[in-house]
Amino acid sequence: MAVDLESPSNFITTRLRQAVNWGRKYSLWPLPFEVACCAIEFMSTVSSYNDISRFGAELVRFSPRQSDLLIIAGTISYKQAPILKTIYEQMAEPKWVIAMGACASSGGFYNNYSTLQGADRVIPVDVYVAGCPPTPENLMFALTQIQEKVEKEGLVPASDRHTDRAEA
Amino acid sequence: MSQKLVERLQQEFSGEIRTVSNPKGDETVVVDREKLVDVLTHLRDSEGCEQLSDVVGVDYPDRDERFEVNYLLRSWKNNHRLIVKVNAAEDEPVPTATGVYRSADWHEREVYDLLGVPFADHPDLRRILCHHEFEGHALRKDYPIEQGQECSRPEHLFNDQDITAAARRATTLVTDLDGALDEVHPSDLLTVNLGPSHPAMHGALRAEVLLDGETILEARTEIGYIHRCFEKESEDHTWAQVMPYTDRLNYCSAMLNNSIYASAVEKLIGVEATPRAQAIRVIVSELSRIIDHLVCICANLVDIGALTNYWYLYNVRESIYEQLEKLCGSRLTTNYARIGGMSHDLYEGFDLEVLAKLDQLDEGISDVMKLVARNGIFLDRTVDVGVISQADALSFGYTGPCLRATGLAYDLRKTNPYWGYENYDFAIPTGTNGDTHDRIMVRMAEMVQSRSIIIQALENLPDGPLNVDDHSVVMPPKEKVYGSIEGVMNQFKLVYEGICVPAGEAYGFGEGANGELGFFCVSDGTGNPYRLKVRPPCFPIFSSYAFLAEGGMIPDAIATLGSLNIIAGELDR
Repeated sequence: MAVDLESPSNFITTRLRQAVNWGRKYSLWPLPFEVACCAIEFMSTVSSYNDISRFGAELVRFSPRQSDLLIIAGTISYKQAPILKTIYEQMAEPKWVIAMGACASSGGFYNNYSTLQGADRVIPVDVYVAGCPPTPENLMFALTQIQEKVEKEGLVPASDRHTDRAEA
Repeated sequence: MSQKLVERLQQEFSGEIRTVSNPKGDETVVVDREKLVDVLTHLRDSEGCEQLSDVVGVDYPDRDERFEVNYLLRSWKNNHRLIVKVNAAEDEPVPTATGVYRSADWHEREVYDLLGVPFADHPDLRRILCHHEFEGHALRKDYPIEQGQECSRPEHLFNDQDITAAARRATTLVTDLDGALDEVHPSDLLTVNLGPSHPAMHGALRAEVLLDGETILEARTEIGYIHRCFEKESEDHTWAQVMPYTDRLNYCSAMLNNSIYASAVEKLIGVEATPRAQAIRVIVSELSRIIDHLVCICANLVDIGALTNYWYLYNVRESIYEQLEKLCGSRLTTNYARIGGMSHDLYEGFDLEVLAKLDQLDEGISDVMKLVARNGIFLDRTVDVGVISQADALSFGYTGPCLRATGLAYDLRKTNPYWGYENYDFAIPTGTNGDTHDRIMVRMAEMVQSRSIIIQALENLPDGPLNVDDHSVVMPPKEKVYGSIEGVMNQFKLVYEGICVPAGEAYGFGEGANGELGFFCVSDGTGNPYRLKVRPPCFPIFSSYAFLAEGGMIPDAIATLGSLNIIAGELDR
């Protein structure tokens, strides 16, 4: 983005991609897929002490059709997996996914008959957050990583991004 | 008292009752399967055992009668407990106790799901924790822990026949102004699915409701979405390694789970925590109770539209988290208690910091009370919503704040004092009506009581050792480990083999934030639990949810659910 300093006026010049991504980056609408312990830390992240709105992501939507950032906060069981997949598919492109915590990333210390060994076995994940549960700071760091990712993306329909996983 | 109960029972059912000596103090009797319902009915009607607090199945593959089913009964009036055991071979049905206790419904479904014990004449014998496509029974000793089974789609809770039947029932209920029957067609009814991914369903609960207009005609609930196999994992780990798993049962109050689990295993081993450890357990448990109630109340208020209270209360919670993080390095999953003591002592200046946090709590409570206590919208949304009578609550197996909201002053810290609770001066707040409003207000008042307990405990914190002086239970001090071969061996065996808990069974319990949290521990003498069954307070409470929701509207059902404080980690385990 650039402002012409020699003849100041009320417009700036930029590229369309940058302008759109700048807008997307600071207005991520998260959908918390709140399942377990991590959901409590997500609540902490939203609360006034940590205040996720500093990153423009405070508009928590519980409808997948209105949100573009899926935060998987908790353990995904085999019973829950088809529901997670449905929710992900209901979200409109462009969309990003954070796997919050050890369980969502890899199953954590639940290696057993009921626990899916990582949410990425069902849907694609952009950023993994370590911790059991991660602290609010960790989650906010993940959010900034998503923002960096958003910034670099093209304008092409983002559905192309996940083609490698779409059939899986 | 209890001894006499067993004797009276033997007279009543001469020869049918066999007592089992249990050195750990839990009165246990064995009855034949055919006599089970008679015995339970007698205990309920004549001996005042008004609650069935849990049904625990244990698998002994080497025995002729492979399964042992334990019915954990409790009497509030006479303050006694009794365990009734029946034995069953594989595929041999056990008569259902659903006709005697309503809470038996879900408990028996769980035993059926995880162990495959069939219950004859059970009204709805389906899987409860595992998904509907699951094959086999996961808690049987021959089921491999890592054998996962995929689920292709969620199950529908109402089919066409259910809807037709509900419409027929509704027809007989509704009359128009002339008194004629107002026929309800199945097509008039609307099925609405709530959850499991729904903000008001707290993440992992699911209810499907059948609506006639806006009224919920029938509701059905489904759980198990975060079944993480706590019990199977326990059998795969040593007694001490189970501790971090207990953190994640009720993750809003991990310290309570830690401490009560440690006490339960201590009961089975036969050691008692030192006075200092007990006092520390009281302090951290009451802090946990406060933060648990804070989450419950603020989430409940958000659900009914009062968002401001969430900001006020969550700040208090956040500041108590800071304290816990400083104490044990983690905010939520604390892993602080140990079998035989605590992981480490309080740090210097802990007491002053806690007192400052308690002042913040006062401020938070008073801010919120100013906003809600006489707020018309709040009262409209909560008073007479989700009412449950005391008798129903007992029959469903309620404990904790939800039971106290019906007016029954039942608190395990008073009736069965542990950790020296008898030395603290505190009241048991109760409600009158058993509705959502009372449940919220009971929790508010309990936080004030917990605050008072913490102050008393900090003032009278005993000196002395933190851990029991028994190095077959607690780790030896580091000087010994690094200084002598015995110390090294001691440490090695405790880590590698685990604490060798003597064979036997014990049921240890305490007052969790939601009610009676119990651990039914069975040991075969090795370092791993043979069976560890949690009695989560939420489980029986959520089994009554359909009953509470029916007849109301969806917004009422949401307000009710928040006030029950169902924590999915503990519900599904």
